Amino acid sequence: MTPGILGKKIGMTRVIGERGVMQTVTVVKAGPCVVLQVKAKETDGYDAVQLGFDDVKPHRSTVPMIGHAAKASTGPKRYIREFRLAEPADVSRGDVLTIDQFADGKVKFVDVVGRTKGKGFAGVMKRHGFGGMEASHGVERKHRSAGSICGAAPGATGRGIKKGKRMAGHMGNVRRTACSLKVVGTDSDNGLILIQGSIPGPNGGLVVVRSSKKKG
Amino acid sequence: MSSPLIDLVQKQYLRPQTPEFRVGDTVDVHCRIAEGEKERIQIFNGVVIARGGCGIDESFTVRRIVNNEGVERKLLVHSPNVVNVKVKRCGKVRRAKLFYLRDRVGKARKLRELRTHQKKTTQPELAAAPA
Repeated sequence: MTPGILGKKIGMTRVIGERGVMQTVTVVKAGPCVVLQVKAKETDGYDAVQLGFDDVKPHRSTVPMIGHAAKASTGPKRYIREFRLAEPADVSRGDVLTIDQFADGKVKFVDVVGRTKGKGFAGVMKRHGFGGMEASHGVERKHRSAGSICGAAPGATGRGIKKGKRMAGHMGNVRRTACSLKVVGTDSDNGLILIQGSIPGPNGGLVVVRSSKKKG
Repeated sequence: MSSPLIDLVQKQYLRPQTPEFRVGDTVDVHCRIAEGEKERIQIFNGVVIARGGCGIDESFTVRRIVNNEGVERKLLVHSPNVVNVKVKRCGKVRRAKLFYLRDRVGKARKLRELRTHQKKTTQPELAAAPA
């Protein structure tokens, strides 16, 4: 069994859970993923499987990629990701993986890896949750600023600004893993997984769903 | 706006048929109350002052006066805890949200009854929503 599957975040909604309590879920369309390549310790130095997901028109792909996919008797894929394995893979090139490995309560908790929405250059209030400064009492044009960052000038009594001091800067558009999310349900016919709560990334973004590493 | 796949997910949680009522109606809402292991039906009587949302999020607000204090409950149309909604009286209203009733005191909070609208004497029992 491969550790994960590729999918697309569809969006969020609510479903009715136990005793009529509403549950917030994210709908992910996962798979079908084609095994494009199986890497083995003897030939590649490590064990892994390479999965391709989401068909792309051949004229939008490149000849090398079309050729690579053709070895698995399939068309070119939009997303290709590799999963490292501890032992030799039990799948072979050309196999198609669906959400069946998560269906029927086989997996209760999953980790979801995605790329978060980019927020651009964000201030400290948005980026780090700072409180900002006061609205009045003499504060002018500094209501969302961080305040003091250092006690004294370097070289004098102080030692300068600490490394890693939280400041304004680029926020979002980074790889994030949401861990130990509950699987609310699956729909094998449409390849959908319902995951409780939110997951990283925009609707339509690529996500990797894998069985949880921390929680069984 | 929502995606067809989201609608597909929602669809299996929706009731096959929803109770029929309008804003301004005085209704009896049959709510399922869980007390430990037991369940019972509690009737919440009041005026529907708003309806909103669509799909699984479709909701309505019922207002009543308890001990001279206004009480409002916002309920989900598709919730299995709302067993049934029975229309007692149909009010004559000219807007979709009756929030002005919150400011009314005494007799002024009464709505004129809609006579032309034929009140349904028998309402079918609703099939329970799949849960």
